[in-house]
This record gives sequence, C-alpha cells and structure tokens, in this order.
Amino acid sequence: MVTIKDLPKEEYLLKGHAACAGCGPSIALRLLFKALGNKVIMVVPACCTTVIQGPYPLTCFAVPLQNMLFEATGATASGIVAALRIKGLEDITVVGWAGDGGTVDIGIQALSGAAERGTNFIYICYDNEAYGNTGLQRSGATPYGAWTTTTPKGKKERKKDMPFIMAAHRIPYVATACPSYPIDLINKLRKAREIKGTKYIHILTPCPTGWRYDTSKTIEIGRLAVQTGVWALYEIENGRFKLNPPSDRLVDKTKRKPVKEYLSMQERFRHLTDADIEKIQKWVDEDWEFYRTLTTLERCI
Amino acid sequence: MKIPKTLKEMPLTPLSLPTIGSMGKTGTWRTFRPIIDYSKCTKCTLCWIYCPDAAITRRDDDSPEIDYEYCKGCGICANECPVKAIAMKREEE
Repeated sequence: MVTIKDLPKEEYLLKGHAACAGCGPSIALRLLFKALGNKVIMVVPACCTTVIQGPYPLTCFAVPLQNMLFEATGATASGIVAALRIKGLEDITVVGWAGDGGTVDIGIQALSGAAERGTNFIYICYDNEAYGNTGLQRSGATPYGAWTTTTPKGKKERKKDMPFIMAAHRIPYVATACPSYPIDLINKLRKAREIKGTKYIHILTPCPTGWRYDTSKTIEIGRLAVQTGVWALYEIENGRFKLNPPSDRLVDKTKRKPVKEYLSMQERFRHLTDADIEKIQKWVDEDWEFYRTLTTLERCI
Repeated sequence: MKIPKTLKEMPLTPLSLPTIGSMGKTGTWRTFRPIIDYSKCTKCTLCWIYCPDAAITRRDDDSPEIDYEYCKGCGICANECPVKAIAMKREEE
C-alpha cells in the first residue's frame, strides 16, 4: 500500500506558477506528477491550467505539454498516441487534462470519438463546476442552485453525470476522485496507467475564487463533498461498479453528513432556501440508492 | 532563459521552457505568512502533499520547509495540520 511518505520528492509543477492562492486543480496536478512521474505528454485545452502554465516564453510545467483548442483534447491525444506508436515510444503515458467546460460541454465530441476509437490514453477532467479562468460562467457541470456570473439567481438545472456518460462508451476504466484523498487519487492514476485503452478520471477540485470560500478551506470542502455524499468516490472497471473508501462506508444514509454542511460553507449557495437544500438532499439520497443497486450488478452499464 | 526582443529572435514554433517562478516571485501575493513550530511538528508530510504551490519542500528527515519567495499564503497547510503546528501571521507583524 502506498503512503504519502513513499511519494517522490521531485516536483514537475514548478513553484511560482500563476494559479490563485488555494487552487484545487494545482493540488490535483501535483498529485498527477507524483503518481505518474515525468514520463508523460500532456494535452491541455483552454482551461485554468493554460493560465497556470504562465506567460510565454516561460512555463511552470517540467513535462512536455501541448496546448490545444477547447474542443480538440481527445483528437490531439489520439494523434500523439499514434505518433508515439510509430516511433516505438510506448512507455510514455499521454494525459488529456481538461476542465469541466472543456469536457462536459465543448470537448465532449472529441473525447467521445477518442473513447470510441479506444485511444490508449488517460483523460482527466478536473471539475471546478464552472468556466473558471474566463470569469466564472456556468457550465454543464455546475450543480443545481449554484451562483455563477451567468446564473445570478442560482442555476436551475442539475449537473451532468459525466463519468456515467463515459462508462456508456464501454471503456475499460472510469473513476472519480478528489485531491482531499490523495492516496486514492494516486492509486487510481497508477491503475489507469497500467490499463490499455481509454481511461477517464473525473476529479472534483474545489475552487476558492469561484465557490467563494476562504482559500485555506480547499481540502476541507473537498472532504465535506465526499462525507456528505455530494461527490462519491467510485471506479467502474470493465463495467463493474465499485465504491472506494471512504465512500463505501456511506451507502447507509445515517453515515452521511447532511448536505447543508457542505452547502453552507460556500457563498455560491448562500441564497438557497430550506426547500432548495431539501431538494438537493433528496437527489443525493436518490443517487446513493442508485449506487447501492449498482454495486450488486455484474455490469452497471 | 533569454526573452526574445525582436521578431528575428523569435523561434519558428512558440515553445515555453520550464522555469521556477514563471509568474515572478508569487510570495508577494501573500497577506498571511505560515510559520511552522518545529517542536510540535510530527513530520506527517500532509502540508507538503496538500500545498498547491509546491512551496513546501520535504527535507531528508521528512520535516517541512516553506519557501517564502513563492508561498502565496493560502493557509491550506495551517488548516490541514493535524497537530496545529502551523500558525498564520499577518505579514506586517
């Protein structure tokens, strides 16, 4: 079993980068390099990470990285994988790293195509539940009720369930993670690297600028998202659904904290009424009943 | 690296090179300064793994060291320290 002290000391995300203080995605990026080392080629579309990289001609990434258009992460990764195969460099992992807007809205066609072709790469969606670097507009991954600059009274629609959309492509590995549980995230990344085919990992990365909370609470909010059941840690391996710790202990409703604890810590949910919170709680409970059924099935999708 | 000044000096393909401090000395963004009390530290390395800025390095004996040139002062380390060995102090104090 991996512990935090076993992780390498080398940093491939160099300090002095342009992320906001308390940035959740940069924690996830550091964990990505702790898990995979520097034998990776990254493909990054327009997203917060493009800003984190820094202004030309400097960058904070000590690994090869290709910037690409918003909608083309999957297609670019397919091209790089094909080039590596012809050059015989198959020990290099290609990682698509895109935000939630670049995955669930704009990039979904290229990603769906790459998954259908079975391109051998890891696609990671780091989800801060809005278009962060352009000034916080709503995305398909913004949850119900959340304030963004384009939903001033709170979003009226529910969040898209992207991991299950990807599982429906019958790819070998789909997982969800959160940087508040670093060992879980690192195990999933290392497992994904060993599997051949398209792997999809969806990481919930709290964002102090967009979610409106104190910068020191990033890890705490991620942990609360898992403990309240708003975000479940699971993996779908060859169609088989499995909850991972600590989510596997939360199937029973009494073990989960009320969602109000998670919502009240963020100012983006400040305007929610008790009826709204009850509605969200009901949806979360319904999701967990669904997960309970899925764990008993041989193939969940 | 040398920053190109004229069009002739520009490379054929735009390529950025890895640099520490690509955004300058980000420590100047800081309002609160994390200060480690090493007598309380249990060397659990949690502050090191949770630092978004890679501004905490792990010494050979696993004790943390903060690089104040680049620490943005977000306070995650102080919030997550299980023994509360990190205090956040206002910069001017």
